[in-house]
Amino acid sequence: MFDYFQQPAGFDIGETGLMLYDASQPLWRAFAVGLGNTLRVALPGLVWASMLALLLALGRLSAVPLWRRMAGLVVEIHRNTPLLLQLLIWYFLLVEWLPDSNAAWSIAPGLWLSKGGLSFPWYLADEHGIWAWTWPVQDTFNVIGGAAVTPEYLALFLALSHYTAAFLSEVVRGGLLSVPRSLLEAADILGATPWQRITRVWLPQALRAIVPAATNQYLNLLKNSSLAVAVGYPDLVSVGNTALNQTGQAFICLGTMMAVYLCLSLLTSGFMNWFNRRHALMGQQA
Amino acid sequence: MSALASPSQAHGRPWLAQGLAGLVLAAMAWVFLRWGLWRAEFRPDAQACQALAHTGACWGVIPAKGLNLLFGHYPQELLWRPALLLVMVSLGAAALWRLAALRPAIAPTPRAHRANIAVALGTTAAITGLWLMGGGFGLALVPSTQWGGLPLTLVVALGSYALSWPLALGLALARRAAQPWLCWPATAIIELVRGVPLVTLLFMAAFILPRLTPQPDSLSLLARAMAALTLFSAAYLAEVLRAGLQTVPVEQQEAAKVLGLGWWGIQRRVVLPQATRAALPALTGHAIGLLKDSSLALVIGLHELTGGLSLSLGGDPLWRPFYFEAYLFVGLVYGLMCWGLAMLGRRMEARWVHAPG
Repeated sequence: MFDYFQQPAGFDIGETGLMLYDASQPLWRAFAVGLGNTLRVALPGLVWASMLALLLALGRLSAVPLWRRMAGLVVEIHRNTPLLLQLLIWYFLLVEWLPDSNAAWSIAPGLWLSKGGLSFPWYLADEHGIWAWTWPVQDTFNVIGGAAVTPEYLALFLALSHYTAAFLSEVVRGGLLSVPRSLLEAADILGATPWQRITRVWLPQALRAIVPAATNQYLNLLKNSSLAVAVGYPDLVSVGNTALNQTGQAFICLGTMMAVYLCLSLLTSGFMNWFNRRHALMGQQA
Repeated sequence: MSALASPSQAHGRPWLAQGLAGLVLAAMAWVFLRWGLWRAEFRPDAQACQALAHTGACWGVIPAKGLNLLFGHYPQELLWRPALLLVMVSLGAAALWRLAALRPAIAPTPRAHRANIAVALGTTAAITGLWLMGGGFGLALVPSTQWGGLPLTLVVALGSYALSWPLALGLALARRAAQPWLCWPATAIIELVRGVPLVTLLFMAAFILPRLTPQPDSLSLLARAMAALTLFSAAYLAEVLRAGLQTVPVEQQEAAKVLGLGWWGIQRRVVLPQATRAALPALTGHAIGLLKDSSLALVIGLHELTGGLSLSLGGDPLWRPFYFEAYLFVGLVYGLMCWGLAMLGRRMEARWVHAPG
């Protein structure tokens, strides 16, 4: 088993993030790059999903009926179609509808979007070893400088975070509604500013209802990132699948993937349980 | 009145928020209507669609490729069979919709009998459906590799849903059992399956299951995909049911015991009816989730509704650029099915959970 992971991988990986990798490296390095790619899309996706979910939940609780309707529509559309379909739609839109990389679309200063992916400024070392921010610029054939993510990454990131945000927004909404209105009114009467009312009274109590259910959604996002295989983003499952096809060792490859996901699941739920306990304790002390 | 509005906010400027919301909505409607209606091409004319260069929608792809999208590579001359299956499933859904309106108290047959009738009817329908799709007994044989599109999605989703129920019931009851030799394995299976992505389970079914059977190809890809989905669904369903089981007070079991019911009788007549009713909202969510997750069968090469799309458009240079419109159509089909399931669930809840008696 250990020998198996020491043998050279023999296949290239399309994008390796910040890790150095080539086909002559041992197989375990290939799996590590895959895991890195999984985390590279899941962790930012998790943050973005949480922010969107809060926005959507606030939209659905808004005093303005039109906001409520619109947020509700967005949530229902995302919840009632398969994630895989949404992923394929995003991917197709990115590779078919965006301009070619020789005429990239500048969506903001330093951000270039094209069929080649999204380029953005990044802190990099040049050939003399001096670290500095580099800004991407449009060149004759493509965008150079800075760092870039592929359309596969972008599609997976957008699909995962939007799909999860729709589910998460229901969790957040439920949590926010679980705080008795009388407490909010009491905060008003005591002279709390709207900001204090949200950060000191509402959110701390809502979080206690939100965290356990949100953990499930975060774990779903992590597991759903394995859909990467459908668009060819080299996450853990894609890399494992390639290794499986190359070496035919189905038991070892699939076993490794499953073990890694189980560990990640345990780690995530462990962290969220710790977070939950801390908040529950704070509530009891107050 | 919304929960966000507080006395201090009531004096704010609601017209500002309303106006902003109206502007956003109008802008989105303008973009969509311009693309999807005014500049759109509705005729199945590939040249006209290409000329639009995505400034307008090409809905023509749906009449041009619709049959392919819905039925995959099923033999053209036998299309009436999967079509009949769709009709059958729709009728079944309509019957369920009617049935959900029956109040338990005034229903003509006792509850347990109705469960038996439902199981018998479901089994007959399933066998008829598989016979329609696969043939035999007087119908031309169509191997499952040629099935595709919406009928395949329904076979996979409904089949694994039905099969996962007994498995999930067993797992849920075992996990709650006092005996460690029942409780531990059930817990391990449930947590293991819930801890890994469905894709890895499907790969297991695709690559490892054939090695465990005496002949490598004795199980079709469809059967293997359904095995993976059944296991996956059962693990989640078991947890839903376990949560429902926990809501039934233990005194009820004791009372039933005093009345002389055996263990199985207690579960069937006292505990499970109450547990399933308590779990009804979660059961609806689980069914919708399974319907959506059945699309993942595409990663091991099953051309159901989502996968059938690449089959019908991928090899066609004329219509290839209009995946997006076709995807929207497929999304609409999924959306309608999920919405229907949600409505059915809500209807059952209204009648069975909140209704008196």
